[in-house]
Amino acid sequence: MSNTFLLPVVSPLGPEIFLAGVACCLIIFDSIFKDQGNVLPIISISGAAVTILMVLSSNGLGFSGMYNVDGFSVFFKIICLLALIFTVLMSHNHLKVLEVKREGEYYSLMLFSCVGMMVMASALDLIVLYLGLELMALSVYCLVGIQKKDKRASEAAIKYFLLGAFASCLFLFGLSYIYGITGTTSLTGITKFLTGEGIKSNPAFLLGLGLVLIAFSFKVAAAPFHMWTPDAYEGAMTPVTGFMSVAPKAAGFAALSRLLFEAFPALHGNWVIPFEIMIFLTMAIGNITAISQVSIKRMLAYSSIAHAGYALLGLLPGTAQGVSATMNYLFIYLFMNMGAFAVIVLLQQKGLAGERLEDYKGLAKSHPVAAGLMLVFMFSLTGIPPTAGFIGKFNLFVAALNGGYTGMVIWAVIFSAISAYFYLRVVMLMYMHEPQKDVALVHSGTLSAVLAMALAGVLIIGIYPNDLLSLAGIALGR
Amino acid sequence: MEYGFPLLSSLIFLPVIGAIGLLFIPRKEELEVKRFALLIAILEFFLSLPLWFGFDKTTSLMQFVEKKEWISSWNVYYYLGVDGISVLFVLLSTLITILCILVSWTAITEKIKEFFAALLFLEGVMIGVFCALDFFLFYIFWEAMLIPMYLIIGVWGGPGRLYATIKFFLYTLIGSLLMLVGIIMLYLKGGHTFDILKLASNSYDFKFQMILFWTFFAAFAVKVPMWPVHTWLPDAHTEAPAAGSVILAGILIKMGAYGFLRFSMPICPQATQAMTVPMLVLSVIAIIYGAVICLGQDDMKRLIAYSSVSHMGFVTLGIFALNYHGLEGAILQMINHGVVTGALFLSVGIIYEQTHTREISDYGGLATVTPIFAGFFLVFTLASIGFPSLNGFVGEFLILLGGFTAKTWAGFLGATGIIIGAGYMLWLYQRVFFMKVNEKVAGVRDINLREIITLLPMLILIFWIGIFPNTFLSYMHVSVTHLLDQVNQNASLAQTGPQAFLETAIRLIGG
Repeated sequence: MSNTFLLPVVSPLGPEIFLAGVACCLIIFDSIFKDQGNVLPIISISGAAVTILMVLSSNGLGFSGMYNVDGFSVFFKIICLLALIFTVLMSHNHLKVLEVKREGEYYSLMLFSCVGMMVMASALDLIVLYLGLELMALSVYCLVGIQKKDKRASEAAIKYFLLGAFASCLFLFGLSYIYGITGTTSLTGITKFLTGEGIKSNPAFLLGLGLVLIAFSFKVAAAPFHMWTPDAYEGAMTPVTGFMSVAPKAAGFAALSRLLFEAFPALHGNWVIPFEIMIFLTMAIGNITAISQVSIKRMLAYSSIAHAGYALLGLLPGTAQGVSATMNYLFIYLFMNMGAFAVIVLLQQKGLAGERLEDYKGLAKSHPVAAGLMLVFMFSLTGIPPTAGFIGKFNLFVAALNGGYTGMVIWAVIFSAISAYFYLRVVMLMYMHEPQKDVALVHSGTLSAVLAMALAGVLIIGIYPNDLLSLAGIALGR
Repeated sequence: MEYGFPLLSSLIFLPVIGAIGLLFIPRKEELEVKRFALLIAILEFFLSLPLWFGFDKTTSLMQFVEKKEWISSWNVYYYLGVDGISVLFVLLSTLITILCILVSWTAITEKIKEFFAALLFLEGVMIGVFCALDFFLFYIFWEAMLIPMYLIIGVWGGPGRLYATIKFFLYTLIGSLLMLVGIIMLYLKGGHTFDILKLASNSYDFKFQMILFWTFFAAFAVKVPMWPVHTWLPDAHTEAPAAGSVILAGILIKMGAYGFLRFSMPICPQATQAMTVPMLVLSVIAIIYGAVICLGQDDMKRLIAYSSVSHMGFVTLGIFALNYHGLEGAILQMINHGVVTGALFLSVGIIYEQTHTREISDYGGLATVTPIFAGFFLVFTLASIGFPSLNGFVGEFLILLGGFTAKTWAGFLGATGIIIGAGYMLWLYQRVFFMKVNEKVAGVRDINLREIITLLPMLILIFWIGIFPNTFLSYMHVSVTHLLDQVNQNASLAQTGPQAFLETAIRLIGG
């Protein structure tokens, strides 16, 4: 990505510092002023927008090589910031519908988690990576439990916290092994060490590597480390669920790809087989379990597990082509998944209403536009052209087949076909059943904006993907 | 060969734009919606006529070509063109869509706007499938077709529509996705291009050809449908609204056979030759199995659906006979089957609208109640049997000629299918139109002018193809010869030795 337009080069950590500053301002503002109106979301969104501009113009190494702002990290940061903007737009009205107080905390936590993700995307040192990871995770735990009085939310937050903390421990544990053997936490240092010595088969080192990878599999919700996902997704407020399914996952993928390709490329042969098993399980569990869900949020939770499986497919061959396919996929996933969640938000009232699949019966008759949008997002998640979902999957399949992983691609294809069943069930309920009761929509201008952007993203990328494809290539410096 | 005006693009996008336009007409203006849809379909038909008149029958090159760069990162082009194999299908699509709109005029009473929009969108995408010369573009159209068809069956279909539509969708999707794997492998191996003509001019090693052949087979065989992956078809046909059945029978299932002709044969010629016997066996099974099952049906649409399985067995038999007569017969029979089975489904749809039953036992004596309708139906029945001077005869005759030339047993067993076919169709006609008048159909009115207009083009085509088949065959002569050259040359080049060349020459002259 070209780095010198728009603003003069700011220090590599500039955008993160700025966004953290905005988050702090939100807290102060929240505690000083009683009648806030729309100011908090406006500050959050403009803060995020400015951060995007700053990210686009930031560049270079910082903190003696611990922090690297390159095209790769910029791409992921933009995914996270866009997800942030979408979520804030979705939340604004929804918070009122659900009567959630403490808007200030809500928005600032979201911004802080985004800072954490940005740090993760750029971290070139395992300790920095850990800092980013924790900042992100702690903020998201709180976001899940923001509806203090809702039992499901509290349960979800506790579960998410305990399992997330466990994952962090595994990360630190693995980190200690790696540090013990290589004597450094810097990724470049580790790479140098690996090329220098015949350490590859040292079991202690492999154990450390394995633990670190498991920790990140937790974060991207890959099976068999996905157990927290359905409960956390179901318990959280719907906009938060949408956010969680896109942004932390993207950050997890950023860290994972950086680890695999900058620190351990030499160990490709060691991690590739466990990875294949993991991808298979992720796709299988995600797609098959989603079939039997009755809550649309739980269904999308399993679907997001399945999509993590597809996205991991790009990392398998260990090529730049594969990584760029994964990056593209996450970018596309941002639009289609956020779109689907925005439709859910549209239907959701206080309590459980709008969360069960049954509530979608006959939606095409009562609210044709909402149903039409959901139709597009569901077909896109299935991967049917001419939507963006197809482009994303196609790209991943090309990369994986090019790497010679034909078997995995065939499995991915079979599970995609299975996934059609539960995505299309939503379409079936909307279009082929009679409405059972009146479903009132909660319209708001901001929500319509999210829906419009998501729809535009899904269709434009679906029909003319060239720009996005070349963008990811440029981001990787190709 | 370029053509000054982007004709094929207009043919693809006029209905799509029309479909979008329909959505802006107020819901209450039902008549306006129908009129607008009909207008678009008729315009589309006239727009497709230059293909008929302007087509150069002396060349096997692609005509009306359009080529624009689309996704440069993957080397994907927006590349369209037609040759003698595809041109007739484009014309058939534009004609059948008009008839579908006419037959749905009063049959569709709910969500009218959406129905006609789906129909028009489907038309555009179908034409896209037949015109695409870029594999990626082809796949986009091929899959995009599923969306409107899924909705047409599922929203406006009969009582069992939910099961039928998801079955249709999943069957087709799994086949298509396996083909996608094949397409990507071909892309990676064939020099990172999706250009179908370029890909066909390369030669690949036998093992790779076999892999490709089977991945393509997964998609095309489901679509045709060949035995044993045909089970979605009776359900989909039976539950779909009349227009949906007509499009399915008339055009959608032709795409499978078209796929064999356009992709499997030129790209994997050796594999095709090696696989002829298994394919012929599957075709013969489909012919006989479909026909026998027909004898046991008591639902009219289901009977016609199984007869489609049998008739499409003839088409694949002709294709995999791999000789001139077989191929020409197969392509002609695809058109014939579209016309005849389309007409039969139209007729059943017309009568169903009044009686609301498809059970054969609910009918009887219709010939006295609705004489004009009975006359039309008789011609369609005879055409379906393959009565001489009607279109079915020409196609089946050519196919059997090809079948006997290739493998005697295939021709022989295929011919038995015609005999059983005569049995079940005439029996159907007897039970529905003759015998005592069933009181359930006693008050049925005869067909009105709109319905006659709907059926008349099919009637004309049936006689036209039956009496002057050359009007249609002349479009495909050169392209079929070229296709056979491709298959035989590529295959024999690989075999080498004078023997193979000699055989090819004999086959060409003899065929």
